[in-house]
Amino acid sequence: MPILNAESVDEIRVPIQRDIDIILARQKGRHLAAQLGFLGTEVTMIAAAISELSRNILNYAKEGELILKKVQKSAQVGLVIQAIDQGPGIADIEQALKDGFSTGHGLGLGLPGTRRLMDEFEIQSEVGKGTIVTVKKWVK
Amino acid sequence: MQVPILKQGPYLIATLQSALSDAELLDLRDALAERVGKSRSRGVIVDVTVLDVMDSFAARTLSAIANMLRLRGSDTVIVGIQPEVAMTMVELGLKLDGVTTALDLEEGLAYFKRGISG
Repeated sequence: MPILNAESVDEIRVPIQRDIDIILARQKGRHLAAQLGFLGTEVTMIAAAISELSRNILNYAKEGELILKKVQKSAQVGLVIQAIDQGPGIADIEQALKDGFSTGHGLGLGLPGTRRLMDEFEIQSEVGKGTIVTVKKWVK
Repeated sequence: MQVPILKQGPYLIATLQSALSDAELLDLRDALAERVGKSRSRGVIVDVTVLDVMDSFAARTLSAIANMLRLRGSDTVIVGIQPEVAMTMVELGLKLDGVTTALDLEEGLAYFKRGISG
């Protein structure tokens, strides 16, 4: 079996255009998470984060892309999920991160919930241009 | 994939066979609303054992199914939420408010039988 280079940036890109793409993204994410050494509940949390981020893309931007990749910081291995869209952007990020806030069709739990499931959370957004949400989880 | 809905006495049992897309979940809702009327069912069990994750949309739709079936005169029990799925739902803040849950199909049926005899 080939040994993955520590610097390798194996990247999985999943276009998010329809609801079934969410299932595909989740399957790919699960597979990568298990490969990287995540266990039971953590794999499920990663799958749930992928679901919420993909759903945000569909609800707010109609379409976008999910990027899944391995990340390494010295001996630590982790998984990065990046949700990218060219949608309307988020005017008030602080508000969007509050439980219960939603301008779409969700419960308003998507972003704050995802933040709780992952170790690191970053959001860049520009009104009229789009949004990039980057989340990371490290193998314990 | 369509979710098979089986009639067992006065109950309906819908067992998910794989992860469902949003559209399939809504189809299940519509199918159950119709079937409880046709079968005059007093209880519906939705078995989600196969689900490897329950996100906000799935949780919201299952709550909606339970509320809608209540209006149709039928009680709903969601069974089979796996431990990792439950843990993740708690982190996400998903509560399935007002929805009865049971460990598995057996417990779900026991819940209905208790309700009818008691």
